[in-house]
Amino acid sequence: TQSNCIVTSKYNILTFLPVNLFEQFQEVANTYFLFLLILQLIPQISSLSWFTTIVPLALVLSITAVKDATDDYFRHKSDNQVNNRQSQVLIRGSLQNEKWMNVKVGDVIKLENNQFVAADLLLLSSTEPHGLCYIETAELDGETNMKVRQSVSVTAELGDPNNLASFDGEVVCEPPNNKLDRFCGTLYWREKKYPLTNQNMLLRGCVLRNTEACYGLVIFAGPDTKLMQNSGRTKFKRTSIDQYHLREVGSLFQSYLPWDPPVDNFMFSAFLSFWSYIIILNTVVPISLYVSVEVIRLGHSYFINWDRQMFCSRCNTAAESRTTTLNEELGQVEYIFSDKTGTLTQNIMTFNKCSINGQTYGEVDPLGKQRKRLDFTPFNPLANPDFCFYDEKLLESVKVGDLHTHEFFRLLSLCHTVMSEEKSEGELVYKAQSPDEGALVTAARNFGFVFRSRTPGTITTIEMGRTVTYSLLAILDFNNIRKRMSVIVRSPEGRICLYCKGADTVLLERLHPCNQELMSITSDHLNEYGADGLRTLALAYRELSEDEWEAWSESHRCADKATDCREDRLAAAYDKIEQDMKLLGATAIEDKLQEGVPETIALLSLANIKIWVLTGDKQETAVNIGYSCKMLTDDMTEVFIIGGHTVQSVRQELRSAIVCRHQRDCTSGRGSKQLHCSSFPPSASGDMDSISGEFALIISGHSLAHALEADMEAEFVSTACACKAVICCRVTPLQKAQVVELIKKHKKAVTLAIGDGANDVSMIKSAHIGVGISGQEGIQAVLASDYSFAQFRFLQRLLLVHGRWSYLRMCRFLCYFFYKNFAFTMVHFWFGFFCGFSAQTVYDQYFITLYNIVYTSLPVLAMGVFDQDVPDHRSLEYPKLYEPGQLNLLFNKKEFFICITQGIYTSVVLFFVPYAVLSDATQSNGVPLADYQTFTVTTATALVIVVSVQIALDTGFWTVFNHMFVWGSVGSYFTIMFALHSQTLFRIFPNQFRFIGSAQNTLLQPVVWLTIALATAICVVPVLAFRFLKLDLKPQLSDTVRHTQLARQKRRKPAGRSMGRLGARGGSRRSGYAFSHQEGFGELITSGKNMRLSSLALANFASKHSSSWIETLRRKKNNHTPPSTSGECSPAPSNMSGMGPALSNSSSVLGGSQETPIEEETDTAVVLSSLSHPAASEPAEPRAPAQVAPADSSTSAAARTDSPGGWTRSLETVQVSCFFS
Amino acid sequence: MVKEEQEESPNRPDNTAFTQQRLPAWQPILSASIVIPMFVLIGAAFIGVGVALFIASRDIQLQELDYTGDDSAHPCYKCRSSTEKCTCSMTFSIPNLFKGPVFFYYGLTNYFQNQRKYGASKDDNQLYGDLDYFKDPSSSCDPYTLDSRNIPIVPCGALANSMFNDTFSLSHVVNGTQKIVPLNGKGIAWWTDYNVKFRNPSVTPLINAFNGTKKPTNWPKPAYELDTTDVYNNGFINQDFLVWMRRAALPDFRKLYRRITHDDYVNGLPAGNYTLTIEYNYPVYSFNGRKKVVLSNVSWMGGKNDFLGIAYIVVGSMCVVMSIVMLIVYAKFKFAEDD
Repeated sequence: TQSNCIVTSKYNILTFLPVNLFEQFQEVANTYFLFLLILQLIPQISSLSWFTTIVPLALVLSITAVKDATDDYFRHKSDNQVNNRQSQVLIRGSLQNEKWMNVKVGDVIKLENNQFVAADLLLLSSTEPHGLCYIETAELDGETNMKVRQSVSVTAELGDPNNLASFDGEVVCEPPNNKLDRFCGTLYWREKKYPLTNQNMLLRGCVLRNTEACYGLVIFAGPDTKLMQNSGRTKFKRTSIDQYHLREVGSLFQSYLPWDPPVDNFMFSAFLSFWSYIIILNTVVPISLYVSVEVIRLGHSYFINWDRQMFCSRCNTAAESRTTTLNEELGQVEYIFSDKTGTLTQNIMTFNKCSINGQTYGEVDPLGKQRKRLDFTPFNPLANPDFCFYDEKLLESVKVGDLHTHEFFRLLSLCHTVMSEEKSEGELVYKAQSPDEGALVTAARNFGFVFRSRTPGTITTIEMGRTVTYSLLAILDFNNIRKRMSVIVRSPEGRICLYCKGADTVLLERLHPCNQELMSITSDHLNEYGADGLRTLALAYRELSEDEWEAWSESHRCADKATDCREDRLAAAYDKIEQDMKLLGATAIEDKLQEGVPETIALLSLANIKIWVLTGDKQETAVNIGYSCKMLTDDMTEVFIIGGHTVQSVRQELRSAIVCRHQRDCTSGRGSKQLHCSSFPPSASGDMDSISGEFALIISGHSLAHALEADMEAEFVSTACACKAVICCRVTPLQKAQVVELIKKHKKAVTLAIGDGANDVSMIKSAHIGVGISGQEGIQAVLASDYSFAQFRFLQRLLLVHGRWSYLRMCRFLCYFFYKNFAFTMVHFWFGFFCGFSAQTVYDQYFITLYNIVYTSLPVLAMGVFDQDVPDHRSLEYPKLYEPGQLNLLFNKKEFFICITQGIYTSVVLFFVPYAVLSDATQSNGVPLADYQTFTVTTATALVIVVSVQIALDTGFWTVFNHMFVWGSVGSYFTIMFALHSQTLFRIFPNQFRFIGSAQNTLLQPVVWLTIALATAICVVPVLAFRFLKLDLKPQLSDTVRHTQLARQKRRKPAGRSMGRLGARGGSRRSGYAFSHQEGFGELITSGKNMRLSSLALANFASKHSSSWIETLRRKKNNHTPPSTSGECSPAPSNMSGMGPALSNSSSVLGGSQETPIEEETDTAVVLSSLSHPAASEPAEPRAPAQVAPADSSTSAAARTDSPGGWTRSLETVQVSCFFS
Repeated sequence: MVKEEQEESPNRPDNTAFTQQRLPAWQPILSASIVIPMFVLIGAAFIGVGVALFIASRDIQLQELDYTGDDSAHPCYKCRSSTEKCTCSMTFSIPNLFKGPVFFYYGLTNYFQNQRKYGASKDDNQLYGDLDYFKDPSSSCDPYTLDSRNIPIVPCGALANSMFNDTFSLSHVVNGTQKIVPLNGKGIAWWTDYNVKFRNPSVTPLINAFNGTKKPTNWPKPAYELDTTDVYNNGFINQDFLVWMRRAALPDFRKLYRRITHDDYVNGLPAGNYTLTIEYNYPVYSFNGRKKVVLSNVSWMGGKNDFLGIAYIVVGSMCVVMSIVMLIVYAKFKFAEDD
């Protein structure tokens, strides 16, 4: 049996050392150094002592091991935390607390409100009527509206633990997969078959909402859950710079190693000498490079962690860099893939503005003055204290009894499908299916029109303190085509009224003609709201006479009963009555963006970063957010919407988008351009990016599935990348990852994915850089991410400041590092010409060992950690400064070539200047200076001085550390050299310290110093001159910014920052209707299915569905009879088929007639045979063999339910089987 | 800001200059006002030093005598391939007083003392006088560790084995007679080599230390007989041995042989004719090498070295030229910016 234990860690104590070492030696660099080490142990080859390699290698391996160990420790900790969460498992008829990891397939567990679902469960029963329960799937797919799940009706009746303990059904289902919206299985119970769909499933990662408790049977646990199946494998991420210098390591040796002319004509000797040179020249890419890079990255990570400006005081979370390997990549991001919910938005809907009878309320004071929040409590004791509104005019208007205002809020309190719950007197809790609707009803509540309770046929409200009960005559439900919903109510006075709210486009054309003037004013308001990115709804009502109602009611009944085209007939009936309405006004709801989102997006797009929004949410919602965060603007040339369901239609839509773009391009261009357009067919993708005009692409998940197919993906990429904004909606987590992979594959660009939920995990893992929004409920995204912080807006600082600096520092570091090592190493090569290519080193072996570790490591490290070209606020002010990173201008083949050329030049100078000077020079006492040790000391000293001067030139930001390290390094060189050349050390190890006395002897000679000075000047002067001229002739933007910064000139370029209200007003209005609505809630309400018994008991009227809900009521009461009689009383499945018709038109919610038992056919025998095994003796089989088992073989899982007497033995068994579909 | 006034949460990162990357820093910029004067200064200084060096170098006198003898007319031609002990002599004249002190060097060309395995072929412990290594020399001396009968060679190794063994004497022709110029062989090696790095074993007489060892195969006499007249110049601390063991960095090198510091020659070699007599032992013909004798004096900055002075002058001039170019560019750029 699969346990629910989740393991994301890689090692345990025993496996750590071998596994970690194995992993480390999988890195090319480490293996390469190991190989070098082995070479050095061969005496014929060894040109350097073994310790020159083993010391740094051991250092690197141990540092990495410690880092991996700590990383894994935290993974263990988080695994433990998740695995040790408590859940209530039904064992032997009683609930026991069990850790998550001990939950097994076949267990029945109890979930309570707001708990996370521990594993993939089959919903058995719930405290809500009809086995309904509500879940939030934000962690899984990012959608935050409540979803309904319903248990199979036969199990829904089981109700309490005692009954459930005796549940002995067998589930045969598909093997574990990652499809979140699909589940296919069959429940065999009491010799009946019941089909199971996704509607019956609670997936791990969901949160139970608005449901007191429910019971579920574990179907998939641990790694088999859909959540884990979606999370993908953790891959080792490597930055592009990393990959680059690795490649260089490989190619360097091919090009620079001399096949030296054999001194004694033996090929073998030449062969050995070749390897000797490999050892000598390995210092070109020393292992200290890897150590230094790691240290620098670690430093940068700490700077990210320490940044107070990325600390969110509200969530009390600081930014966290969870990996240390990707910092410089942050400076090269070209594509950002963002989740919507929880990332761009806070997922809070607020009633922001409204227009009532031509009067708009809720306008922000243009002066930006902080307005006082209205206090509703004295006026209305039932008000929701969390509700914020700032315009007191509206409250005044309610108080003075303005009829329109009253009618407006009456509509909001009546026309909805919200359920209310009153835990205690006056403490109302609304269960809204969509947050939009909740916001509207809450607004009405605060303004004195409190929706209090409903029954299938009534709505009770408190209007200005007076309880009013309306009879609910009909709910004209929402659907995507109608884009509106209406209710018809009869007031206590007998007035019949139709209240309608809906998208302005559909509503405005259904108004009574007399409304013309009001309509135009409201329309203007709607435009304003739309431009502000608010979701709007228009509200209207119509009074109906009794006759009208009777007539329509009749026709509606007809339509409802129709067997064919019922949907169409209903729609027509609805359409008939929703005419000649009077406009009341409009509402504007704000899907609250996270702080600073539009500004961040604007800034990032100025930095030439393309932002794609990938969301599981609906198209309307996604587009609306696109507008409100200014990704989409009304002055965009064209917004392409691709929503085709078939391959052909998607292809067609893509092609037309391309053609359309080209036409625009051609018509806007001049004649010559037209020629160009006609001569080149639009299929050419090369010049797509350069097309003028701003386009946006919106593509839905099912179209995306086609667009991602191999033959269309190139077309899709070229179209999408030519667009300024791309929004993919209704995408699955896996599709998110596929989109990221697609861009990685086709654009070779650095991608960043940002998200907050478990549904973003795969995307975060597949992007080069994954960012998790922390401080929210779920932590999966953060755990999978490379960086995490609390607010989307911190992304700008992460990229434009930290990323940019990291990239800059890393590039400068690498350039200098390669320079200094070429300068250092190539001297050996030149010397090779004068020592018969015998692999004689120029330097002392200690110098070779220490050069990269001590003499030159810290200054370049300090530069790599602290360097800044421009201060942080400047990089935010000039987003263009980010571009060099994207174009990889600071470290590419050319730059690499330049720095190694400089290094080689320096090595030439460092060898040939001493060569020319010292070959004839003598000391003043006549002793020649041309001996090997003097030459060595002179060259080494010159080298240290030259590279120190060079780092001094390269360092642009001299902190106290830089001073310390630069001077310290030079100082340490002389100190260590004198120590190593001292008599004391020689006397102890005459064989090791052969350079005794060289330092004193050499450095006392003026000629030596003159040589060093000459070499330094020849190396540095041209560089200095070149840099000065470059600065003057071709200054980079950063140079200019730096210059102006230092000169403290206040002239600021207008580059960037058009903050505040971005984009012009006008144009598009986006109906906020039902952004996250689902069809069918109307039915649910009028049928009374989701009503509680208590509220139903109050109801005393008959509606058209009365028969079914009364039946429901009866059944419900039966269920609540004591369990001892349940055996006889529980109705046979066939009795419940009466439920069928009531549900038939709400298939999307309730899954149609799933509860009708299916007659068993062929599979029966199999099931019975497996049932006949005694459960206790059936060994629990691991999951893996089950997956490869043939379709008809069942594995059984022992359930820990104990049978109360009266049930058969086989009741103890819950069969969970897999078959391949 | 409201946030700032809130109480500091423990999670909030510290507000220090270091953590917030606001460390005070000097941000140098390559501005014209620094770079151009700097170039002028460097240029001037280099030209100054260069001229001084050039003058100093020009005053140094140098006399070079190649005695390889590959030319049949050369007096040493006969010794080139002779296996017998062979002596040849060359005459030369000095036109003006060769100012003292005069240094007497021998030079070898195309001789790769810097070959890795050659250079490593010695045992420093042995040369430090450690008797344990007399009996068991380090394997780094291969193939000159043991002779054919497995007797250890002391001093072992290729470097010692190939010690230069030509000897020279110089005579001044005064009034037709040869007057020997006294050559001083003291203190020609490094002080540290003589006093620290090389040591004879503390066994007297020295010969006992060498019991059970063989002399290097190419040596005519064992190490303890290098200078039988002077205990302090014998064995491993023999000056000529020390000079040889300090291996040269480049294939063409000079090594100090003697100094001329005595008698009439304290102030240098007077003008006149001289005869150099060479005991020609060291074969260089096989590797195309050349041998020479060099007489030279020194200035404050050492021996003759034209390169250094010229290089300084060239670099200095380049700096000055560069500064002018930069001034022009800077001026142009300035004007362009003003527009």
